[in-house]
Amino acid sequence: MGEEVVKKPKRKERMPMPEQDPKVRATNFEEVPLGYTPEMAIEEAIRCAQCKVPACVCGCPVNINIPAFILEIAEGNFAAAARKIKETNALPAVCGRVCPQESQCEEQCVYNRMGRAICIGRLERFAADYERENDLVEIPEKPAQNGKRIAVVGSGPSGLTVAGDLILLGYEVTIFEAFHKPGGVLMYGIPEFRLPKDIVEAEVNYLVQLGVKIDYNTIVGKSIKVDELIEQGYDAVFIGVGAGLPKFLGLPGENLGGVLSANEYLTRSNLMKAYRFPEYDTPIITGNRVCVIGGGNVAMDSARTAVRLGADTYIVYRRAREQMPARSEEIHHAEEEGVKMMLLTNPEEILGDENNMVRAMKCIKMELGEPDESGRSRPVPIAGSEHEIEFDVVINAIGANANPLLTKSTPGLELNKWGYVVADEYGKTTKDKVWAGGDIVTGMATVIEAMGAGRMAAMDIHEKVMGVPKNKDPSPEALPDDMECALPSGKQP
Amino acid sequence: MYEIISMKELVPSIFEAIVKAPEMAKKAKAGEFLIVMADEKGERIPLTIADYDREAGTITIVFMTIGTSTYKLAKMKAGDSYYALVGPLGHASEVKDYGTVICVAGGVGTAPIYPIARAMKEAGNKIITIQGARTKDLIFWEEMMASVSDEHIIMTDDGTYGRKGLVTEPLKEILERDGDGIGIIYAIGPIPMMKFSALTSKPFGNLTMVSLNSIMVDGTGMCGGCRCNVGEETKFTCVDGPEFDGHKVDWGLLMDRQRIYLDQEKEALDKYMKEVE
Ligand SMILES: Cc1cc2nc3c(=O)[nH]c(=O)nc-3n(C[C@H](O)[C@H](O)[C@H](O)COP(=O)(O)OP(=O)(O)OC[C@H]3O[C@@H](n4cnc5c(N)ncnc54)[C@H](O)[C@@H]3O)c2cc1C
Ligand SMILES: Cc1cc2nc3c(=O)[nH]c(=O)nc-3n(C[C@H](O)[C@H](O)[C@H](O)COP(=O)(O)OP(=O)(O)OC[C@H]3O[C@@H](n4cnc5c(N)ncnc54)[C@H](O)[C@@H]3O)c2cc1C
Ligand code: SF4
Ligand code: FES
Repeated sequence: MGEEVVKKPKRKERMPMPEQDPKVRATNFEEVPLGYTPEMAIEEAIRCAQCKVPACVCGCPVNINIPAFILEIAEGNFAAAARKIKETNALPAVCGRVCPQESQCEEQCVYNRMGRAICIGRLERFAADYERENDLVEIPEKPAQNGKRIAVVGSGPSGLTVAGDLILLGYEVTIFEAFHKPGGVLMYGIPEFRLPKDIVEAEVNYLVQLGVKIDYNTIVGKSIKVDELIEQGYDAVFIGVGAGLPKFLGLPGENLGGVLSANEYLTRSNLMKAYRFPEYDTPIITGNRVCVIGGGNVAMDSARTAVRLGADTYIVYRRAREQMPARSEEIHHAEEEGVKMMLLTNPEEILGDENNMVRAMKCIKMELGEPDESGRSRPVPIAGSEHEIEFDVVINAIGANANPLLTKSTPGLELNKWGYVVADEYGKTTKDKVWAGGDIVTGMATVIEAMGAGRMAAMDIHEKVMGVPKNKDPSPEALPDDMECALPSGKQP
Repeated sequence: MYEIISMKELVPSIFEAIVKAPEMAKKAKAGEFLIVMADEKGERIPLTIADYDREAGTITIVFMTIGTSTYKLAKMKAGDSYYALVGPLGHASEVKDYGTVICVAGGVGTAPIYPIARAMKEAGNKIITIQGARTKDLIFWEEMMASVSDEHIIMTDDGTYGRKGLVTEPLKEILERDGDGIGIIYAIGPIPMMKFSALTSKPFGNLTMVSLNSIMVDGTGMCGGCRCNVGEETKFTCVDGPEFDGHKVDWGLLMDRQRIYLDQEKEALDKYMKEVE
């Protein structure tokens, strides 16, 4: 037609992920990021330089062969990409959503220096979703049984990884789970709008189809003890029970009605589906003015849940914004949805009404002083700056401790002074036949680190039970010989 | 699955279910509880393990219908199965030879008191039972209680059966008569009954154990929803209790914490009642 054909310049920037509009999503529990289309995924995948020495792989705690799966996407082989990831990660749809890629694989990506790291997490999610949504998930052939039995305690990411790895090596694996649903924090902690629960169930179901047995409603330490499992002939026991004990600040008024731990709030909403009350029977306090104490991911998840339940929501954090441990993306999402930040503010007392329900919180303003042991400036109170703020719900999201239910009932298991299980780099504990990994060893960390710990333990169990020497480098083909990678667990974020 | 073997209405609004749960039956001890979910959309609610048969592999629960979850349980029949059942949870009662034990049961509290009285009896104690209810028609497990008691006093608020009055009256009389001879008192029932039993025994100084019925979610110490104040300390009813020294419990807080979800509980019950009509 005589018009000049203008060739679009090749995309160099990171491919953004479409998201639900903040105003709309603040009123629903549907997932916030909507995922790539196949075209977007391919466009992003072809940006990858297919580095000979892929730094990204070193940043991944389970050393996914990143360039290989990205190449499959670039070539349109989406299901093959998913299978490539699953060689080293049984929960790709979960990890693609919740891993802090910005401090792991994407931080190491050669393009990161220019602020244009390949969107590895989004591609991982795309591949896994594509495979699942198009019914392309293949169940590998059942390996020959080796006659050994493994008990896994807890179905969080660490336990699921041990189970998935060992079932493929021919073990008979039973997971004992306290709750009526699998997934640990993936199910009861992380909200639906960040990680839809049917995705968690689908990934767990994949393991069940591989042959993993899950005994729900079984609290090890109560229903059955670790020693009894060993007596019953299990050749190894893996403890992956998570941290699971809420921390409170010890403030006056902390037991008033309307003050709850993030664990309780999120468990009601996510596991018990109280956000769909009264369709589901479990109630949740919605509140008019909700205060969430803390600055981590758990605080953001609680605040974003409170917004969706209709409350005017505030985060009260004693340090400055830059010091918040939450992922910046999560802080950004929370603010977009209307969560307000009260920074450099420290709670001192929770005040109740005549029915012992929360009415307000007394706080003091803080300013930043000298750096403390963690290297962060220490917040110090400003004398005379006490003030009262009205709230009817206060959610404590200041962290977790080790739950002693199992550990106390297991003689011979050495604990550190905080009550976490002492284990070597392969998760071997001081007790014969017992391994441990995930949050119950490290304190609250990340999904992928818990999975990495599960992987290490599985290799060690295989060596100790079957005498098969460990492969010290779980994905050698991805890493050229001359590449130094801080295996076994990659870079610690 | 956790199959209901038998189901009956003991007295109006109080039901007894015998449930297949071999592992739990093997382990259960007096004072422990379980958590049950009627169906997939149900709440996790705590109930005391009121009895167990280790050979038959069954446990018994007794519950009073007060809200959605208990009404749902009451609707289920022999042959049906609960969606989830987990336990035993909590600390068992400290069973030993105290000499004489007074067991005070109020209303549905007879169910949790029974296994304690039985275990205490087996441990060589003399058992004095004070069993109370609003009216004659609400007394249940009378013979079972009698079979484990050396002395069995029945009280009704309206005097239709046994003595007329509250359980605290004979409790006070016994303590006045021979307070020093009483090794321990167990009082289980509605909060006001436990509170006043503890207040009655306080001047005499006899250790009085009560079983708190806080609102729970997980029952494993994970959520802190079951917090209560005992003495100056915060305790988690599910893992630190459910039995505590009744003289130290902050009853006002316990009662107020039971009312946190009052509006929603009412909404849920109204909805449920409409559905089953
Ligand atoms: C609200 C929230 C948000 C988070 N967001 C992120 C995120 O975005 N990205 C990220 O990487 N990490 C995140 N984390 C951290 C991450 O979820 C955890 O580090 C990870 O789940 C730990 O895995 P785990 O296998 O050690 O145990 P968990 O996930 O804690 O699972 C432990 C399982 O063991 C069960 N269990 C406990 N005790 C017993 C027992 N005695 N017997 C039987 N079973 C038992 C529990 O019910 C549970 O299912 C978040 C955590 C929370 C709480
Ligand atoms: C360790 C423990 C053991 C228990 N054992 C038994 C038992 O053996 N038999 C039994 O019948 N119950 C027992 N309970 C109480 C039982 O858990 C509650 O009755 C049940 O959760 C009520 O659920 P719902 O949905 O039917 O009523 P909801 O809708 O939760 O409550 C309806 C109304 O009852 C009030 N209420 C709530 N909980 C209680 C309570 N615990 N006591 C009195 N009023 C309450 C509420 O304020 C509300 O107004 C026990 C509780 C605990 C913690
Ligand atoms: S470092 Fe970046 S560009 Fe290189 S292979 Fe990994 S994702 Fe691709
Ligand atoms: S019920 Fe959750 S901690 Fe007790």
